[in-house]
Amino acid sequence: MQNNAALEYDYTIAKMFVFSTILFGIVGMVIGTLIAAQLAFPELNYLLGEYGTFSRLRPLHTNGVIFGFTLSGIWATWYYVGQRVLKVSMAESPFLMAIGKLHFWLYMLVMVLAVVTLLMGITASKEYAQLEWPLDLLVVVVWVLWGLSIFGLIGIRREKTLYISMWYYIATFLGIAMLYLFNNMAIPTQLVTGYGSWLHSVSMYAGTNDALVQWWYGHNAVAFGFTVPIIAMIYYFLPKESGQAVYSYKLSLLSFWGLMFVYLWAGGHHLIYSTVPDWMQSMGSVFSVVLILPSWGSAINMLLTMKGEWNQLTENPLIKFMVLASTFYMLSTLEGPIQSIKSVNAIAHFTDWIPGHVHDGVLGWVVFMIMAAIFHMAPRLFNKELYSKSLVEKQFWLQTTGIVLYFSSMWIAGITQGMMWRAVDEYGNLAYSFIDTVTVLHPYYTIRAVGGLLYLIGFFMFAYNIYKTFASGKEVDGSTLQNKTPMSA
Amino acid sequence: MNDIYEYQGYAYFFFTVFLTLILYGYIIHLYRSEKKGIRDYEKYGKMALDDEITDKPIEEKSEQKKSVDDTDEKPKEQ
Repeated sequence: MQNNAALEYDYTIAKMFVFSTILFGIVGMVIGTLIAAQLAFPELNYLLGEYGTFSRLRPLHTNGVIFGFTLSGIWATWYYVGQRVLKVSMAESPFLMAIGKLHFWLYMLVMVLAVVTLLMGITASKEYAQLEWPLDLLVVVVWVLWGLSIFGLIGIRREKTLYISMWYYIATFLGIAMLYLFNNMAIPTQLVTGYGSWLHSVSMYAGTNDALVQWWYGHNAVAFGFTVPIIAMIYYFLPKESGQAVYSYKLSLLSFWGLMFVYLWAGGHHLIYSTVPDWMQSMGSVFSVVLILPSWGSAINMLLTMKGEWNQLTENPLIKFMVLASTFYMLSTLEGPIQSIKSVNAIAHFTDWIPGHVHDGVLGWVVFMIMAAIFHMAPRLFNKELYSKSLVEKQFWLQTTGIVLYFSSMWIAGITQGMMWRAVDEYGNLAYSFIDTVTVLHPYYTIRAVGGLLYLIGFFMFAYNIYKTFASGKEVDGSTLQNKTPMSA
Repeated sequence: MNDIYEYQGYAYFFFTVFLTLILYGYIIHLYRSEKKGIRDYEKYGKMALDDEITDKPIEEKSEQKKSVDDTDEKPKEQ
C-alpha cells in the first residue's frame, strides 16, 4: 500500500469486461433480431432444428442481453469508475486484483454453461431466472466476488465520501443479491425424491405465491439491473465527459432514496387482474405512478447538468448518446406507470406494447448509456484516440431510427391487439379470433424486425469502432483525456 | 370485515402523512445542513471531475492514507 510516483489506475479487469460486454451484446442482439424476424416470418423457426426455435432462443436472448451484455457493462464501468471516484488503484491490492480476475473468469464460465443449458432446453421456467440450481449457486459465488471487490476497494480508498455513483453500484449489488436469493429458492428434485434428472428443481413457492415472488424479482431485476447501475454510470460519465459537475448533488441523494423506497413495491403491476389480492394490485399501480418522481429526479438532474452547455450536444456525439439515454429513461419511466394503471393495463397486458416498453427502455437507455460509457473509457483504457467520430455519429442516427421503428410499431401492434381481444359483438361474443389479430399485426412485426436489424448494424459499427481504437487508433497524450473524449474525424 | 377496511383506511392515511413527512424532512435536512455550514453537498459533484489518482481528494479518508499528491513531488500533469 505504498504511494509512489508511478501509481496509476489499473484497468486490466475493466478491459476484460469491455470485451465481454461487446461479445455478449453481439450474441444477445443477433438472437434478438432473429427471433423478432421469426415472429414476422415463422418459417425462420426451423433453421436449426430444435435449437433454432423461438422458445429455445428467447431465453437465450433475454439472458444474453441482461446477464451477458448489461452485467458485463456494469462491471466494466465499475472496475473503471470505482477506482477513479475512490481515488485508489487496483494495482495497490494484489488481493483485489486476484478477486477481480476470478470474478471475470468464473462469470465467463457461468455464461458458457448458461448458453449450453438453455440451448439444451434445461430451464427452471421462471422468466429471467431460467438457470437451474447448480448454475444459480455459481452465480451466487460470482456475486459475492463482486461484493468483495466493491467493499474491498472502499476499504482502501483515499476519498472519504462515496460519490453518488458508488451508492448506486452498492444498491445494485445488495438489491440483486436479495432478489436473486429469494426468487431462486428451489428444491432439487432428485436430491429429495431420488427420481428424475439431477439438474431439475421445483420452486420453493407454489401457485400465486410463486407468481408474486417471481414478479417481485422480475420487476426489480429491471430496477436493479437496468435502472440503478445505469444511473450510476450516467452520474459519472455525463459530468466527466461534459466537464460539468452534476447539477444538484442534493437532488441526486433525494432521488436515490426515493428510488430505493418506491421501486421494491411496484412489481405487483405485472399481476393486475390475476389471482393476486386486489389490494396488492392497487399497491403495485400506486407505487409505479409514484416511481415517476425519483426516476425523473435523476433524469432531469442529468439534463440540467448540461445547462448552458447545450452546444456540446452538436459537437460531441458521446453527449448526444447520453442525453438521448436520459430522455429515453424519462420516456420509459412515464410509459411504465401509465401501463400500470388498471384501466390501461386492461388493454396493455399480454400485448406487444409491453415488449415495446421494455425495448424503448433498454435500447434507448441501457444500451445507449453502456455504449457511451465504453466510448468514453476506450481511449483511457488503451491510450488511443477513438477511431472514428463520423462512425459514432452514423451509428447514433441508425440506432435511433431503429428504436423509433421498434417502439412505434409495438405501440400500434399492442393497442390494436388489446382492442381486438376485448371487442365483442351485440350478443357479447368475441368479435375476433386470435388468428385475426396475428394477420393484422404482421406488418408491425416486420417493422419491428427491421428496427431491430438497424439497431444491430449500429452495434456492429460500435464494436468495429472500439476494435479499431484498440488495434490501430492514434496514440494519445494523457493530458487530453481530462474531459471530452479525443476522437479522429 | 368492516373493521379491517376501517383500519386499512387509517393505516393508509397514517402512512401517507408519515412518508410525506419523511420525504420533506430529508429535503429540509439537506438544505439546513448546507445553510448551517455542517456539510456542503454540492462540492461532492467535483468527485467525478477531479478523479485522477494524483488529484487531491475532496475529503481525505484519514491522515494515514494521504493522497498520492501529498507524498509525491512529481507535478500534476493537468
